[in-house]
Amino acid sequence: MPIQSAELTLEQEAQPAAIGERQDPLVRMQEDLRRAMKKPIDQRRWVMVIDLRKCVGCSACTIGCVVENKLPPGVVYRPVLEEEIGTYPNVTRRFIPRPCMQCDDPPCVPVCPVNATYKRPDGIVAINYDDCIGCRYCLVACPYSARLFDAGRQYLDGTTPAIPALLGRDKAMVYEKLPAYEYGHAWERHEGESPIGNARKCQFCSHRLEAGMLPMCATTCIGRATYFGDSNDPEALVSDLIASPNVMRLKEEMGTQPKVYYLA
Amino acid sequence: MKIFERALWVVAIVGFIAGGYGMYDRIVNGHVNAAYGSYVPWGLWVGAYIYLVGVSAGAFLISALVYAFGVKKLEGIGKLALFTAVVALGISMFSIWLDLGHPERALRMITNTNFTSMMGWMIWLYSLYFVLLITELWFAMRADFVVWSERKDFAGTLARILTFGRNDPSPAAAARDRSILRVLGTLGVPLAIAFHGGVGSLFGVVGARPYWNSGLTPIMFLLGALLSGGALLTFITYVFGPNRGSAEHKQTVLFLGKIVFGLLLLDAMLEWSEYSIALYTSIPAEAASMQLVLFGPFAWVFWGVHVGLGVVVPLVLLTWQNKSPLWAGVAGLLIAVTFMSVRLNIVIPGLAVPELHGLKEAFSGPGLGFDYFPTLTEWLLQIWIVSLGVLVFLTGYHLLPIVTAHLEARRG
Repeated sequence: MPIQSAELTLEQEAQPAAIGERQDPLVRMQEDLRRAMKKPIDQRRWVMVIDLRKCVGCSACTIGCVVENKLPPGVVYRPVLEEEIGTYPNVTRRFIPRPCMQCDDPPCVPVCPVNATYKRPDGIVAINYDDCIGCRYCLVACPYSARLFDAGRQYLDGTTPAIPALLGRDKAMVYEKLPAYEYGHAWERHEGESPIGNARKCQFCSHRLEAGMLPMCATTCIGRATYFGDSNDPEALVSDLIASPNVMRLKEEMGTQPKVYYLA
Repeated sequence: MKIFERALWVVAIVGFIAGGYGMYDRIVNGHVNAAYGSYVPWGLWVGAYIYLVGVSAGAFLISALVYAFGVKKLEGIGKLALFTAVVALGISMFSIWLDLGHPERALRMITNTNFTSMMGWMIWLYSLYFVLLITELWFAMRADFVVWSERKDFAGTLARILTFGRNDPSPAAAARDRSILRVLGTLGVPLAIAFHGGVGSLFGVVGARPYWNSGLTPIMFLLGALLSGGALLTFITYVFGPNRGSAEHKQTVLFLGKIVFGLLLLDAMLEWSEYSIALYTSIPAEAASMQLVLFGPFAWVFWGVHVGLGVVVPLVLLTWQNKSPLWAGVAGLLIAVTFMSVRLNIVIPGLAVPELHGLKEAFSGPGLGFDYFPTLTEWLLQIWIVSLGVLVFLTGYHLLPIVTAHLEARRG
């Protein structure tokens, strides 16, 4: 026993120093990101790792994503799936955030009749909004329901327009008129114009990556449960994480080769 | 029979006026007032589209019995079948066009085709089929246009224009028309099979939807096309066919009734095969959709509309009243109308089962539900489109030599 406790003491003594040097994963991932962005695009391989043991189901990622991409009602890129396990009183809950899997073999790409969706050299599955005809075949073909249809709704649909006593819809609509910056373009919402009428999806916040920022969901995760980085970089945090034995991916049997990994 | 025609005029005019609101709402508000969305992306309009395009393919393949295979018993209704196919194809395209998020970009399907997509193939096969249909219909009517050119009314003027100057009334010219028709009809058969089988494949190839992902899907689409198209044509022949009330007319209707009877049994067998195998295996992904069809909130659509009115009643009518063209026509109408439920039961249950456990509860909002039921706008727009089709058919029936010209020619 004394020997064991001595070992324990040694470890405990060693830890404070290590903790002192250890960075917040966000800081490390930020550095990983900067390194990756210096490489040519075809040498980057973006992956996301979600540690389900750390996820508390707060949905900060979902909401962060909605705000970042100015998503209208009925469009959500990263819902958190909830599962209840056991029967009362022995109940626990499990949470699985579900972004786009950015599959290596994406079933949504070959079905597009007009070549509007494609896989970028860095593995992100992107949509060319100006080419999309809105047939929604890709939504049907995605096994993860990760593609959404922008029907053109607004949060303030059906509310009262401005009247003297109230500010009303016109003033309140300021938020809804803000452009979304997906794919590095300012997409304003005008009736009948893209992205209204299009298929939409999570693109790992590619516009933020260009600006040296992590995807919004990774940034807003209160438990540091979402990791993001370039798995082609052996120094990157995500490269360590996806090598762990407790890693899993959704619907592996579909052969889609998702690039979102879950730690369970 | 005149009663049927009058009723059709009334129904179509009422439908066209009432349905106009759906068209208005679609134009003004886009997709906002539709029930399909992100999780059930396709709804009534896609169902109507595969139904109508199936009717077109079916009617065309019946016409091929006349022009490619020379079946004498159906000779009188060749043009009627072709015209039905043209109208059904036209309104099916209208349905799917307005279903697009960006209808103004529809031409990209031709200019930017992606041939790894079944939808990319579909658009090309349709276009070819459409051209072939129109050409074939013209050759089938050319001699009649010449005969009608002598009429002094509007139909006569129209006929004169539509001869495009080729007004040779000689038997030699008619024989040349017939041989061209044989070539076109023969080319049309593989084309019609390819395009409607292609529509089936569009669903069949989707691995994410186990309910559709079967080698049987394209076959079921084709058989369904023959059945619904053949059934509708039986009714149309009864109401609009040449020489109504004659022994010849009666024989044609009864012969079509027999074809439909066989197709109905064959379709029921395939359906049994599809459902029994999947339900016996009970692998949740596929069985869940079927359970939705058989025992879900809309089970009455399957049992009441499809099995009851679309299979059992027509089978009884075609067996017990097998000498009556009236009942053959009614059976045809029943099968044709209720077949829409079969198409909807392909599209919606395949999508209404969440792909991931917990997705239903994860986030709520319009378009993020799994309980699809078409909205008033969706119904009205579809009614408008179908009414338009009926009106075009009725107008064409009176202004074009679709059934009567041969007789006048013979008299002359």
